[in-house]
Amino acid sequence: MLDKQQIGRKLPAFSVTAEAGQLRFFARTIGETNPIYFDENAARDAGHPALPLPPTFLFSLEFLMPPSSWRDEVGIVPSRILHGEESFTYHRMAYAGDVLRFEMRIADIYDKKAGALEFLVRETRVSNQRGEHVADLRSVLVQRNG
Amino acid sequence: MSSIQFDKVQVGDLLPSLTLAPINRTTLALFAGASNDHNPIHIDTDYARQARMPDVFAHGMLSMAYLGRLLTQWVDQRQIRHFGVRFVGITHLGHQITCSGKVVEKFERDGEQRVKLEIHTANQFGETKVLGDAIVAL
Repeated sequence: MLDKQQIGRKLPAFSVTAEAGQLRFFARTIGETNPIYFDENAARDAGHPALPLPPTFLFSLEFLMPPSSWRDEVGIVPSRILHGEESFTYHRMAYAGDVLRFEMRIADIYDKKAGALEFLVRETRVSNQRGEHVADLRSVLVQRNG
Repeated sequence: MSSIQFDKVQVGDLLPSLTLAPINRTTLALFAGASNDHNPIHIDTDYARQARMPDVFAHGMLSMAYLGRLLTQWVDQRQIRHFGVRFVGITHLGHQITCSGKVVEKFERDGEQRVKLEIHTANQFGETKVLGDAIVAL
């Protein structure tokens, strides 16, 4: 069972930088054809200061959180987890080289079907090296029990 | 910035769709590396079977990245205000995903003219896998 006492817990904030090489790798993997996502010159010609992070890439940067035992403490069993929902609310663009700060909290934990499915809602605020609000992420993880 | 104009967009308009190559193991391995999501359930068949799945399957966020391409081939990313999805079905190996979207609402907020889009992915059998919406400023 997920521990509902963990609702409201803030996870340690961390800062990471999206590297241009990783953005090019990501673009190639998803079959991106728009050169602003892999060619710096095309990005600049389109008015961007550097390669933009594509719409979902902030989620990938969340994985760069320093090692933490929060999942164990909440009761997450990795092999039983599915991704239920994901959303992004954007306030400004982020670019290769930006130092992005991630502040994550456990917003909610609930269950359905008499505990057969448990849900963990995680909310993340992302800001940049100038302290500007970049985006808010909301993830719903589903744990299958029984 | 964009050739799409608020006044010319109608509720019910369809976005140009995007069809991807069928999902294979190479794509999943590369996406694991590119997206930093190293969960073995997407790349290690033995692990997937122990987790009572028939085989590895696609990351939900791979489908969401494809939906991101659907949006950014329609408008400049700087115009996207919100993008959210629910993962309603598993995208398996061999599934060929098509991303689709349509305009469902036109409105003004925060001094901007915006449209709401309904978006989804479906496989070659017409089974919906990811459902969501997006808000775009025009």
